[in-house]
Amino acid sequence: MTQYQNIITPIQISGPIEEGMPLPRGDGKRTGKPFFVRLFGMIGNAQIGPIYLGYLGTLSLVFGFIAFEIIGLNMFASVGWNPIEFVRQLFWLGLEPPAAKYGLKVLPPLAEGGWWLMAGFFLTLSVLLWWVRVYRRARQLEMGTHVAWAFASAIWLFLVLGFIRPLLMGNFSEAVPFGIFPHLDWTAAFSIRYGNLYYNPFHCLSIVFLYGSVLLFAMHGATILAVGKYGGERELEQITDRGTASERAALFWRWTMGFNATMESIHRWAWWFAILTPLTGGIGILLTGTVVDNWYLWGVNHGLVSPLPAMWPGVVDPAQGGAP
Amino acid sequence: MKLWLPFAASAGALLTIASFVGAGWDAPPVASEQIGFRGTGMVHHRDIESEAALRQANVVPQAPWQADPAGDKAGTLYQNVQVLGDLSDDQFNQFMASITEWVAPETGCNYCHNPENMASDEIYQKVVARRMIQMTQAINVDWKPHVAETGVTCYTCHRGKHIPAAIWSASLEPKPAGNMTQNRQGQNVVADYAGKSSLPQNALMDYLLGDQPIRVHSTTALPTGTNHAGTKETEHTWALMMHMSESLGVNCVTCHNSRAFNDWDQSPPQRVTAWHGIKMARYLNTNYMEGLTPVFPANRKGPEGDVLKIGCATCHNGVQKPLYGVSMLKDYVAAMTVKGSTEVPDFTTYVPGKTQVLGGPPPTQ
Repeated sequence: MTQYQNIITPIQISGPIEEGMPLPRGDGKRTGKPFFVRLFGMIGNAQIGPIYLGYLGTLSLVFGFIAFEIIGLNMFASVGWNPIEFVRQLFWLGLEPPAAKYGLKVLPPLAEGGWWLMAGFFLTLSVLLWWVRVYRRARQLEMGTHVAWAFASAIWLFLVLGFIRPLLMGNFSEAVPFGIFPHLDWTAAFSIRYGNLYYNPFHCLSIVFLYGSVLLFAMHGATILAVGKYGGERELEQITDRGTASERAALFWRWTMGFNATMESIHRWAWWFAILTPLTGGIGILLTGTVVDNWYLWGVNHGLVSPLPAMWPGVVDPAQGGAP
Repeated sequence: MKLWLPFAASAGALLTIASFVGAGWDAPPVASEQIGFRGTGMVHHRDIESEAALRQANVVPQAPWQADPAGDKAGTLYQNVQVLGDLSDDQFNQFMASITEWVAPETGCNYCHNPENMASDEIYQKVVARRMIQMTQAINVDWKPHVAETGVTCYTCHRGKHIPAAIWSASLEPKPAGNMTQNRQGQNVVADYAGKSSLPQNALMDYLLGDQPIRVHSTTALPTGTNHAGTKETEHTWALMMHMSESLGVNCVTCHNSRAFNDWDQSPPQRVTAWHGIKMARYLNTNYMEGLTPVFPANRKGPEGDVLKIGCATCHNGVQKPLYGVSMLKDYVAAMTVKGSTEVPDFTTYVPGKTQVLGGPPPTQ
């Protein structure tokens, strides 16, 4: 009988709970009594917990919660503690960085950006502690630290936007506000102010890797699902055998486009594309306003801008004299 | 396998999202017209259905009759005619009939006049109307780079209402809690005058009343240290641009090649017209609206007590050329296309219900 396997995992194992390997001395205990959730089993492992928190994880969650509260309560205060407006305008609400006049002052008045700096401080602390935790947990399981370094790439972009570039620009008003629409407005205003990020070559690279990541993920995910009926998800144990799902998947791509990644290398492709997206993007942001002030004009100077015919030769800046 | 559960859940989620963000979308059919060089994305989109409604809502009213320019002047026939004194009797009455239809079709003459004494200035609306007639004349005479020969009349803004529908004033709601909580720096709530974005609420104060610099771009590729505008200033400029875009029912590329917003060499000529429009709105607000502040009663002012002000939408009402570019001036040549007296009375001395004559020469008894 044909089975529909593309959305959920149809087979779930329910057996004795898996406790994991014992932890060495000095590490805290894993917390929480494990249990099974059938719904989670449809999209992943049905067993929930135990979780290793440790002091890094605990502190990270505490600092993250503090940042979340500072942002949320200030959003609430920005509509005069009106719960209806808070819900109605939630996507519009934000927490703004201080004005340019405060420069790099460590703590400007709370009402005028001080809270933004505090939220940023606690959020950064939380994210960095979580990074150390990811690194330490990977070493503890005697894994590589690839996840930590991929995470570090995202943290790099986060720090460039909110900390490193504002430092170089000399004021925190250049940093990103917290909030759904506010941070999106900031992004577009940033591109407009600095002459169109479209002509920033590192922005180009970042988009290439971002869209490339999507393409690679789609190709890999689709390939594995497509050989699901031969057990394609058991990637590694099939690598060396003939006629397996793994070999069919490889042949599919070699016959389709002449070249195929291997079960191992496809993940290296994915990892590098993902890492390079925020890495190159962060470089592009860092150069904006510090080294280049108008990317469009920079593009003109470097042959990046296609010349257009003069459509409206009569149009001149009316502020250049002649006009009232 | 109970497959209906995830499917029902996703359908419900999609429906919720659609109803949440779907409001106000331009549904098909949309007419698209290329206005720039190919490949630059310079296309003007119009929603056919809302366009049909706009066309119905923007029809020019006919003049009640053709006025005869011959005959004695209104200034000699009637008392206390300060601005329209050079009109013939017939022109004067035709214009009075029209302005009633334009501004107070239901309340009629008595909206501005005391029926016992039509010459009296005791009703504040009459004082405001006189100043607004001066303003309309100034627009048609002095602001041709923006209004061209089409010009404006009272109807361009009023559309049969006492107060034009699209006016603006200081907008501070919802007010932040104050004390040590963040003051949100005038933004990050639904901005009524900036296309309902989360951009600065009061950007029009900066540009259509004050004259803060609108331009934020650097004109050199590399930093020179002379441009102090940052992303925050850009958000203010952008808020003004959203106001203009919403007011005219146009998108960015009507005036800009969006690949280089600041570059005049790539801009359509509409940008020059708009540039004069910004200056014009600023001039009208500072020279006409602000001065009238003492005359208006509290219920005719904004929620913060400032005078109601003119923005792009006040005339445009969602249309690129107000009233689809149809000029009404030919029927009101004497009243609207030449300046009468430009004298400005001292509005602070006005006492509603008491002042018989504000400004101008004392009535000749």
